[in-house]
Amino acid sequence: MSALSELSRLRRRGTPASKSPAERNDGKAALFFLGPWFIGLAVIVAGPLAASFYLSLTDYDLLSPPVFEGLANYQALLTDSQLRKALQVTFTYVFVSVPLQLAAALGLALLLDRGLRGLAVYRSVYYLPSLLGGSVAIAILWRQIFGTEGLVNQVLWWFNDLQPFVHIQTQGWVSNPDTALGTLMILNVWTFGSPMVIFLAGLRQIPEMYYEAASIDGASRWRQLLGITLPLLTPIIFFNLVLQVINAFQTFTQSYIVSGGTGGPVDSTLFYTLYLYIQAFTNLNMGYASAMAWVLLLIVAVMTALNFFLSKYWVFYND
Amino acid sequence: MTDAARAELVLMNASRAAARRHASWRRAGKHALLVLGGLLMLYPLLWMVASSFKPEALIFREPGLLASEFTTENYAFGWDFLRRPFSWYITNSLIVVAGAVIGNLVSCSLAAYGFARLNFKFKNLWFAIMLMSIMLPIHVIIVPQYILFSNIGWINTFLPLIAPKVLATDAFFVFLMVQFFRGIPRELDEAARIDGAGHPRIFFRIMLPLSVPALATTAIFTFIWTWNDFFSQLIFLTHPDMYTVPVALRTFLDATGQNHWGPMFAMSLISLVPLFAIFLFGQRFLVKGIATTGIK
Repeated sequence: MSALSELSRLRRRGTPASKSPAERNDGKAALFFLGPWFIGLAVIVAGPLAASFYLSLTDYDLLSPPVFEGLANYQALLTDSQLRKALQVTFTYVFVSVPLQLAAALGLALLLDRGLRGLAVYRSVYYLPSLLGGSVAIAILWRQIFGTEGLVNQVLWWFNDLQPFVHIQTQGWVSNPDTALGTLMILNVWTFGSPMVIFLAGLRQIPEMYYEAASIDGASRWRQLLGITLPLLTPIIFFNLVLQVINAFQTFTQSYIVSGGTGGPVDSTLFYTLYLYIQAFTNLNMGYASAMAWVLLLIVAVMTALNFFLSKYWVFYND
Repeated sequence: MTDAARAELVLMNASRAAARRHASWRRAGKHALLVLGGLLMLYPLLWMVASSFKPEALIFREPGLLASEFTTENYAFGWDFLRRPFSWYITNSLIVVAGAVIGNLVSCSLAAYGFARLNFKFKNLWFAIMLMSIMLPIHVIIVPQYILFSNIGWINTFLPLIAPKVLATDAFFVFLMVQFFRGIPRELDEAARIDGAGHPRIFFRIMLPLSVPALATTAIFTFIWTWNDFFSQLIFLTHPDMYTVPVALRTFLDATGQNHWGPMFAMSLISLVPLFAIFLFGQRFLVKGIATTGIK
């Protein structure tokens, strides 16, 4: 189903079954079909990846040639308080907003079960935000919604006037360092539509007869959910989790627009990628930014590996 | 039928009716919940649409969707606010998007045929590398890419945004099409081979015509991602005349600060129109694409 499962299958079995009966070698044709991909891999991906590692060992500002200085950049990373802040912001964002987003996606997918009238309409409505969520336009909207005179505060004013019992303090949600990151988390949760669609597809794979057998045995809907649906859905939950964690680590647009490119207020929305961008393209610390890039790669790789390792304990594979 | 049995039957019918009533209440409750949730999800968008047609002074005074006054002034003002009319930036975006879509369609389908149908040395290794490159964050390689493109004078051209697509670096779509090609019966190509067709002929005459759904999915997602892409367009396009829509919107935001929300909403909405259009007309492919491959 996914690139991830394909990779783990490669690891388990060795070959994706695609050998033709007559074991021929199509070297020449492969050159034609895979030529562009090979060049792209070398020039656009692998070359820059290697160059990035070399640059991470240098001091380089684009204007004068790179000066080799060993692990100095990595040492500087250890004591960089802004970097620590960026890591804290990014990890908080990932660990809070991804589970919430997946919970919303799963909850909605379970509500939208088979045979529900208007399923297609609901699915579209809930999916739409995830199509738009990554755009600059929506980030601009968000900045306004949570601004001092924004929609949220307007609703709160109205709510506070309506009744005397509960009073919620209005504030500039994006200009307050305590709440700015929260607004971006809400934006991420708002885009739960795409994992929801994946869950819906997963739910459809579960054979109807399991439920029929369970209800003949008198299992309640709740029992069916815990005993059939969730266990059979764990591979999909896992897949969504890996995907959304990788995505969330790379959040850039939203923090750039909402904070005006600074990661403020007081670095409270300084995402890792934004800090990398600032170091590379504002401060022209290309060497330092490259070291940051390798740390990012390491983090994403470790998180993905950790996810795979932990999956042994909770993901249920039917095959 | 004895009285006892009849009584039991009546009771059974009653409880079945009650259960049915219960189920229909349940269903109504569920729909109410879903409609309410849907409104909550869409309200920010609807409010943006409404605000773009309100006089500036009213945007912050009326949280509702209906304004006491209606105006299109925001659109007129926003359209000509930057150095160039907004259509300039839309054109730039469309050029980048067209290049990316064509590039991805050609290069990814070629590479996918290679992986799905050809045998060559170290194929499994190359395939694994291709899969892993899907997960490589762009941020890791952006600095050397920038240095490379600036050395060959490509900064402030659309080439850094298009050339990688022509070289199939969006490995995600290679994988998507490999999956699709694998589902096409091999008997078809074997038959063509017996008739003397070579690989290019099989690719163009058999595989591509059968792969329209996968090609459509690739085109649609490339469109959406490129249209929304801010990071690389911000880096590679620094001259105002080369700005694409996302970068132009950023400039708009910087230039006006908090002063012109109405025109900014108007232009933001215009930037979302192509996405809405795809949403309306390409939904079949969107949903299928996400469901089978897990893209956003």
